[in-house]
Amino acid sequence: MTREHLRFMLPILSLSILLVGVFYLQPRAMSYFGLNLLFNLAIPVALATIAQMMIIMVNDIDLSIGTFVSFCACVTATLVQDTPLLGYTVLALAIVGYAAIGAVIHIRGLPAIVVTLGMSFVWAGLAVLLLPSPGGSPPPWLRTLMTMKPPLVPFAIIAACVIAAVTHLFIKRSSFGVLLRGVGGNERALERSGWSIVWLKAAAYGLAGLFGVLAGMALVGLTTSADANIALRYTLLSIAGVILGGGEFTGGRVSPIGAVIGALTLTLAASFLSFLRLSSDWQIGAQGAILILVLAVRLLVSRREGAA
Amino acid sequence: MPNNDTMSGTLGVPVVALGDVHKSFGPVHALSGATLTVHAGECIGLVGHNGAGKSTLVNVINGRLEPTSGDLAFAGETPGQPPKGAQRAARAGVRSVFQELSLCPNLTVAENLRIPYRTMPRWGWRALARKTVRAALDEVFPDHGITARTLVGDLPLAERQMVEIAIAFSRRDSDARLVILDEPTSSLDAAIALQLLTHIRRFCDSGGAVIFISHMLGEVFGVASRIVVMKDGRITEDRPTKGFTRATLVDAMGHVASAATRTTSRDFGAEVLRLPNGLAARRGEVVGLAGLAGHGQAEVLADFFFSRSSTWHARRKPHVAFVAGDRSRDGVLPLWSILRNLGLMTLREHSSRGMVDHAQERAIGDTWRERIKIRTDDMTNPILSLSGGNQQKVLFARALASSAPIVVMDDPMRGVDVGTKKEVYRMIRAEAEQGRTFLWYSTETDEILECDRVFVFRNGAVSAELTGDAITEENMLRASFEMQEAAE
Repeated sequence: MTREHLRFMLPILSLSILLVGVFYLQPRAMSYFGLNLLFNLAIPVALATIAQMMIIMVNDIDLSIGTFVSFCACVTATLVQDTPLLGYTVLALAIVGYAAIGAVIHIRGLPAIVVTLGMSFVWAGLAVLLLPSPGGSPPPWLRTLMTMKPPLVPFAIIAACVIAAVTHLFIKRSSFGVLLRGVGGNERALERSGWSIVWLKAAAYGLAGLFGVLAGMALVGLTTSADANIALRYTLLSIAGVILGGGEFTGGRVSPIGAVIGALTLTLAASFLSFLRLSSDWQIGAQGAILILVLAVRLLVSRREGAA
Repeated sequence: MPNNDTMSGTLGVPVVALGDVHKSFGPVHALSGATLTVHAGECIGLVGHNGAGKSTLVNVINGRLEPTSGDLAFAGETPGQPPKGAQRAARAGVRSVFQELSLCPNLTVAENLRIPYRTMPRWGWRALARKTVRAALDEVFPDHGITARTLVGDLPLAERQMVEIAIAFSRRDSDARLVILDEPTSSLDAAIALQLLTHIRRFCDSGGAVIFISHMLGEVFGVASRIVVMKDGRITEDRPTKGFTRATLVDAMGHVASAATRTTSRDFGAEVLRLPNGLAARRGEVVGLAGLAGHGQAEVLADFFFSRSSTWHARRKPHVAFVAGDRSRDGVLPLWSILRNLGLMTLREHSSRGMVDHAQERAIGDTWRERIKIRTDDMTNPILSLSGGNQQKVLFARALASSAPIVVMDDPMRGVDVGTKKEVYRMIRAEAEQGRTFLWYSTETDEILECDRVFVFRNGAVSAELTGDAITEENMLRASFEMQEAAE
């Protein structure tokens, strides 16, 4: 068993344990409808986690993903619905903006944590400007997509699998994905071979922007309306999801499949805690405790591995 | 893949030619007037002491540094606008293996080939990469036992180096014509190193060229057809290997000017430290740590320093003071004033009831400004207002102002002007006579010649202990370079 296998097994294991716990507490969740309900809201979280993963992959961290997803949700619920052309243009510009932020961070040697923290206020402000009070509605096609009822397997599960498969193929199997991960692993090695780190970083940020937009759209499709603060918690959830899924903050070690599983685990943890009838005041703390537990196990395993 | 039928052109054809190439970094001439032609089929052994300009030379060839002046021409270049820098060298078939590894530890062995392989086909590239890497590894290191799917981070250091070397020799879009190997055998064991040397010979026989940098003179003699000696940024010798013996080669590497006046040996006090690796010092002694850069001297000093100081709280009377060589990394607090920077070590020593004694701080500041001649009007100016040499003086004063009986110095004179150096030497002498012990790692020979006793490091261990008249540049070079055969 190599380190890579462990990295892969641990998220699956934690998801399975939680799932068993949920089924034990609430056997009725073990159905088409129950599973859909449990994992529905995991789709936007998973997309946001993938977005965060793109940034962590190049050794940066994004503190603006929550407000960015909120902003995208507001755009989707208002502009895209009212004037589609303008709406989609704004979303496309947002992606370009994200790529530009990545380029600026690299060229000027700025700490990503500061720049993205600053950007989070920009996105939040834009979202409030666009939608001062909760409201709006999703474009009909999006609503249809997100409430689809495919036979046998619930939509939420299929969507999670598709997101995981597509990003895995791109990040882990394509030759461009290797370069992106290489930036996180050893930037200088790429530079020496004549690759432009600016472009690669901009590409990683642009991809993060793309997945942030998708997360915002998926969220509106599910909730049918938006709010400027709708996804604030996504920032921390996405970071936690990447780490829970076997990623590391530095060194370009990320796993897209793990990140999606991490997002599912975090969503499930919230349901698990409500099934335990834990007051919502304690839920965030309890979610944190689950996270610390999993990370502690991972640390123990990798220490032993390192000693052996 | 285009033109991969032969490794390169005919024997004897120039692969790269440097004509009077200069490279300076500000006022420092790292390379002056280098003229060198590397022919196909040649293996050039490049030797020289620290800072002789070896890395500058190879970095000019591989395109990472743009020469300040002079010509650089590669074989097979069509006239017109050639691509710049690293791209140009890569297109001409120049590959490099650096001392610090340039692999991505988070990628697999095969994926690491993707990074230098710029025109990797989009589809089916994984199979191609695996096949290429396997073939290259099999060719250079038969029976290597490395699988292409392993993560590089999971490989031991030696195998990582093997992968990097194999990738440098691998076949891809442009073929390897000139491979630059900088200390390639530093973490390989003798048998594997021998495989590499055999492969280098084979590669050269088939028309490739190699520049081989090593501190193992046995290896250089074993593989090089021509030896180029560098000294102070110049190429001083360039002759076929047959024209050298080990003794003449070591002589050739030495400085022209030498024979500093040795101070008469003094009586030292009791031994104040002895480390398991043999490093020892007595009271009032200036002990030098010599050898080529990166052979474990800095690590020994850091380990010693941390073993004598507590992680939890600073002692009122420290046992050891540290003078950093890398100022920006572990010396200067850039936002603080000169005075604050100077008083850092003595904060506890001269504080009363947890409060900084400002009067005493100022007194120390004034004393040391006088003694070590820090050139400033006002000690409350920011530290960055000083020149590099004066910043370094502040760091010296910081350590010397404490009552620590042992001062550890990690190559502290890097980038310091001669005048400052002389002042600091004098200071060190005076302090040593008062009974302070100095551990001094330096990459500069003149500084080592100032020491009372010298330990030469090679591959992380002490390879020689020199005292008194035995402290000569020749002896140091002899101990820094491996004199035995490559495969001992």
